[in-house]
Amino acid sequence: MEELPKTPTGISGLDEVTGGGLPQGRPTLVCGPAGCGKTLLAMEFLVRGITQFNEPGVFMAFEESADDLIANVASLGFDLAQSKDDGMLVIDHVKVPGGEMQETGDWDLDGLFLRLGTAVDTIGAKRVVIDTIENLFGAFSNRAVLRSELRRLFGWLKERGVTAVITGERGDGTLTRFGIEEYVSDCVIVLDHRVTEQTSTRRLRILKYRGSLHGTNEYPFLIGESGMSVLPITSPGLRNSASTQRLSTGVARLDAMLGDGGFYKGSTVLVNGTAGTGKSTLAAQFCDATCRRGERALYFAFGESEAEIVRNMSSVGIDLWQWVNAGLLQFRCFRPSVLGLEAHLFAMQKFVDEFDPAAVVMDPVSDLLRIGTGADVSAMLTRQVDFLKAKGVTALFTSLTSDAEPALADQQIASLVDTWILLKTMEGNGEHNRVLYVLKSRGMAHSNQIREFLLTDQGIELADVYVGPQGVLTGSARQAQEAQERSDGTARLEDLEQRRVNLERRRESVEAHTAALWREFEDEADIVGRLLSHGSTGVEDRAGQRAEQGRLRRADTDEYIAHIGELDVGAL
Amino acid sequence: MNAVNEPAVVAATADEVWHLRLYVAGQSPKSLHALVNLKSLCEKHLAGRYEIEIIDLVENPSLARTDDILAIPTLVRRLPVPLRKIIGDLSDTKRVLVGLQIHPDCLS
Repeated sequence: MEELPKTPTGISGLDEVTGGGLPQGRPTLVCGPAGCGKTLLAMEFLVRGITQFNEPGVFMAFEESADDLIANVASLGFDLAQSKDDGMLVIDHVKVPGGEMQETGDWDLDGLFLRLGTAVDTIGAKRVVIDTIENLFGAFSNRAVLRSELRRLFGWLKERGVTAVITGERGDGTLTRFGIEEYVSDCVIVLDHRVTEQTSTRRLRILKYRGSLHGTNEYPFLIGESGMSVLPITSPGLRNSASTQRLSTGVARLDAMLGDGGFYKGSTVLVNGTAGTGKSTLAAQFCDATCRRGERALYFAFGESEAEIVRNMSSVGIDLWQWVNAGLLQFRCFRPSVLGLEAHLFAMQKFVDEFDPAAVVMDPVSDLLRIGTGADVSAMLTRQVDFLKAKGVTALFTSLTSDAEPALADQQIASLVDTWILLKTMEGNGEHNRVLYVLKSRGMAHSNQIREFLLTDQGIELADVYVGPQGVLTGSARQAQEAQERSDGTARLEDLEQRRVNLERRRESVEAHTAALWREFEDEADIVGRLLSHGSTGVEDRAGQRAEQGRLRRADTDEYIAHIGELDVGAL
Repeated sequence: MNAVNEPAVVAATADEVWHLRLYVAGQSPKSLHALVNLKSLCEKHLAGRYEIEIIDLVENPSLARTDDILAIPTLVRRLPVPLRKIIGDLSDTKRVLVGLQIHPDCLS
């Protein structure tokens, strides 16, 4: 299948969502309510065309004057006046008459066609924006003629082969107030500006893209200092280089747990845990380690002030003040609610650009959930991660979870982060002890062990936890278990000694016994020996006795008695 | 009173020269119709005190932008002031007269 030719917009994220850009040589309708960013999208499409693709463009404005437009987008870094002077841009402001004009018979919009045609021809425009043509409906009473003329206009644009963006204001139940979506059917992009829980988020959706695959979701988009950026779910490109350089976490045993030496430079780390598990301390320790190497660290705090953090960290032996004074550490502390998500993002990116740190901490990102939904926050963090990765900045985000289950936002950013460290408290034995483990760490042979996380006077220390038949033991239970093991050992030694003694005694008893047996045996042998030496006498005695008895009883004849005596002797 | 006042108004306008500018695009039927209609209308109502300027935007396309012309044909009353704009081929005479504000009394 032949791929539909597309014109890249150059707008960050939009080309990914549309699979390469807008349909080349065809009109695209961009519609949405007032203030949703239609004009900006259209203008950026032209500006990027000029600056990135060397394609001249015509902006036909039915609402704003050329001067207003130039001033409005100057804040986004677009120098329209320069493009105009370079012959790359024509801004034609069409003043639509306030009231309806008297119509005295048949008419057409040839004037408009000629204007547009002239503008396109003058600079050889490849891109055209018409913003917002529906304003014409206020000036002409014969709508039937106007509609057929608009149909002709869009046909004409196609014939000219220019890639056009037509904007339209959302109507009541229709995409545009006067239903011009009927004429522009190749590609329709709907912008929206929704307020959820007092937070406004801009969204973009490709409603229709004839002959092309496209993302169907609603994608949040931001308007920032460098224009518009659409946030596809997966970050655009993913072309970050990967460093193999390791940066110490500031905790020697944690470095060891992460394989060899700590986080990768430019990676993203999520430290996630319930309240009071030491997330900020871990972040501070990381900043401390970064500054110790002579690199800069930038700490965004959403919950505490600079003074509070410095004081709190000094209580566990982390002296951040020295780094602040040395100009290596900067704090930016603010409540999330002071700005919207997009404003935060761009404020933070500006600080990063200015300070050029090696490490950035955001503590805690879960606070951002107060000003946006999970999806919005994760979209914003995606941008932030991409931004930081592109700069090779190592980022550490902390996130507060209310229970053992990771919060929604954590799940959503889980795929963004390279290393995920989980801090938990383990309850039991009337205590609350901190444990740490590495849930995931990309590209590292990380430890699977749970370690007890101790806040000491010298910062963070990791201790082995006792794992035994009673489960995982921490805190005093661990110490008790260790003591128990020690005393158990002693007992075993005593037991062994006892058994040795017993054995010795037994041997003595066995030896005594054996001696007794021998004695018995020897006695017996003696007797038997003596008996053997007197053996014949015994037999003769018995025969003599028997003959004597016979004689005494007179039972037998003397011959018989004599015979018995012979027999007995013969038998012997 | 009316008989006194109204001729005065007509007289005031009657002295003026009407400057009309017709924007057309080439020799399209609409443009030709408009020109024919305009001429006959001016002869009838503004005889001797009108000037017609015809601008062909096909020949001078940049004027469409400078004069802010969208529809063709467009008739602009440049004088007397204020400037007025009507569109169409001028076949609906009544609307033309209303649009140009040629006083109904001069119709007689």
